[in-house]
Amino acid sequence: MSDATHQSQAEPSWLSRNKLAVAPWIFLIPALIFFAIYVVIPIFESLWLSLYEWNGLYDADGNSTATWVGFQNYVKLWDDPNFWTSLRNNIAWLILYMLAVPLGLFIALFLNQTVTGMRFYKSMFFFPFVISQVVVGLIFGWFYNPDFGVVGTVWKAIFCEETTNILGNVTFTCSRPAPDILSSPEWATYGIIAAGLWPQIAYCMILYLTGLNNVASDQIEAARLDGAKGWKMLWYVVVPQLKPATFIAIVVTVIGALRSFDMIAIMTQGGPFGSTNVLSHYMYEVAISEYGERYGYGSSVATVLFGIMLIFISYFLWQMYQEEKGGR
Amino acid sequence: MFPRPIQKSAAPARFAYQAFLPFALILWLLPLIAILLTSIRSAQDINSGNVFGWPSEFALIENYSAVFTQSAAAQYMLNSVLITVPTVMISVALACLAGYALAIYRFRVALPLFFLFVAGNFIPFQILMVPVRDMSVQTGLYDTIAGQFLFHAAFQTGFCTLFMRNFIKALPFDLVESARIEGIAEWKIFWYVMLPLVRPAIAALAVLIFTFVWNDFFWANVLTQGEGAKPITAGVRALNGQFVNNWHLVSAASLMAAIPPVLMFFAMQKHFITGLTLGAVK
Repeated sequence: MSDATHQSQAEPSWLSRNKLAVAPWIFLIPALIFFAIYVVIPIFESLWLSLYEWNGLYDADGNSTATWVGFQNYVKLWDDPNFWTSLRNNIAWLILYMLAVPLGLFIALFLNQTVTGMRFYKSMFFFPFVISQVVVGLIFGWFYNPDFGVVGTVWKAIFCEETTNILGNVTFTCSRPAPDILSSPEWATYGIIAAGLWPQIAYCMILYLTGLNNVASDQIEAARLDGAKGWKMLWYVVVPQLKPATFIAIVVTVIGALRSFDMIAIMTQGGPFGSTNVLSHYMYEVAISEYGERYGYGSSVATVLFGIMLIFISYFLWQMYQEEKGGR
Repeated sequence: MFPRPIQKSAAPARFAYQAFLPFALILWLLPLIAILLTSIRSAQDINSGNVFGWPSEFALIENYSAVFTQSAAAQYMLNSVLITVPTVMISVALACLAGYALAIYRFRVALPLFFLFVAGNFIPFQILMVPVRDMSVQTGLYDTIAGQFLFHAAFQTGFCTLFMRNFIKALPFDLVESARIEGIAEWKIFWYVMLPLVRPAIAALAVLIFTFVWNDFFWANVLTQGEGAKPITAGVRALNGQFVNNWHLVSAASLMAAIPPVLMFFAMQKHFITGLTLGAVK
């Protein structure tokens, strides 16, 4: 015992000499292994799988039945009208979803007051973000319903006349039929995007409310003395100070737009006639369909989506890297 | 403060603002209010198109108990809890360790590893779908509770690590420094010095991850098929097929699915918002 202590005093062990180099890895290993198995490795597997054709089955010896097809899946994708519809809808999502950022800012400006009960109002405005997109999708699916929903009811009140015939049955004569938004190939996507904006605006709003809390009041007062007010004040004094909030709002909105899946699956399942599909939903539809799995083709759709996302991810990471460099 | 505090405005403006607030709130939550009303209506009201009017009779208890007795809703709710709670525990625990390593130690790959976690958190789920599903089938984790929480825990570790690392980075480094000079072992510094300090971050992450995972729908579809392991979000979709045009029942089921995250949000509002808005201020 005393011998051992003596020895370690004379010559510290390798471990204690290098403990600052070893310790981080011990802390990191569990997370890294877990993350590698479920996230990092599957990305590369998917990329690789997109060069195969595979129905997900294994033969009796446990070998995968996948066959190498090279870039065939991508060639097929190029000629697939559903793919192009999905891609176009993804772009529509990206552009229109961005409305959440300014709209969130305006609601935040509207709510950035200190009257009684303001905390309650702020949390109630944030409410839509907390509930699941599945529920939001169901709510709006019903909201848009031309027979039972809110849109139908309001429409009837404006454009329809209620008549009761001799038998006592109520019929509606409408100057225009109520719009069935989710069954219309032209409008369904916009209907879903509008529904998706609801929670996203709430998210951006909360980011801006926090940002507004931290705007330097001396700068505002100084600008006020210089006669700045209203729009000019907002644009030249407040918005620049909200830059970090804006950055995060844009990041989460872009990611949210490209990830949109739940609402589409709930509200239209990509229909009518594939007109509301986006890449994320189309990939799922192709890979796990009722007509048998097409893992290879699905993976090629996923790869395209991943490629699009990677452009944004690289930009975000580059921005974060600049921050890190500045911060040190 | 911007905009100018309403207290400094003239009385009419102040009054108008106060009066407009509840009106704006009702307009904003209109879809939710409508579905809340629908969930306590009877079937007759639905068929006669009574959406905003006073319910002809209150069927609150009937509707909600119908959801439980006529469907597997109770099972789905239980599954959601069994998936969500272990996910929160595993991912937050792993992130405490990893975030500490990435924030405190200076080693060459610290930043690249950190960016790996950040990037992993932004990728589309679809790029993981086929391999993760295949792996789950191969290992017998397909259509099980464990298969879902293991995946969620691994995926959420990305976000949690991002959060933890930034949180710890903002803490004073001297605390660790002086503990080291005292000769305290590294794991003891983590356990006795760091963990008590990151408690607010743990609380924030716990509510956020709870909400994210509870609301998951995609993986519930990819990794399950039967009633046995499906969480409530996927269950509600199944109910939607079962209760076609029984909007009062669908509404009741949807609201039930929404209740746990909503309670969580109101109970831990401060932590929830701190978590979501981390980084929104310098």
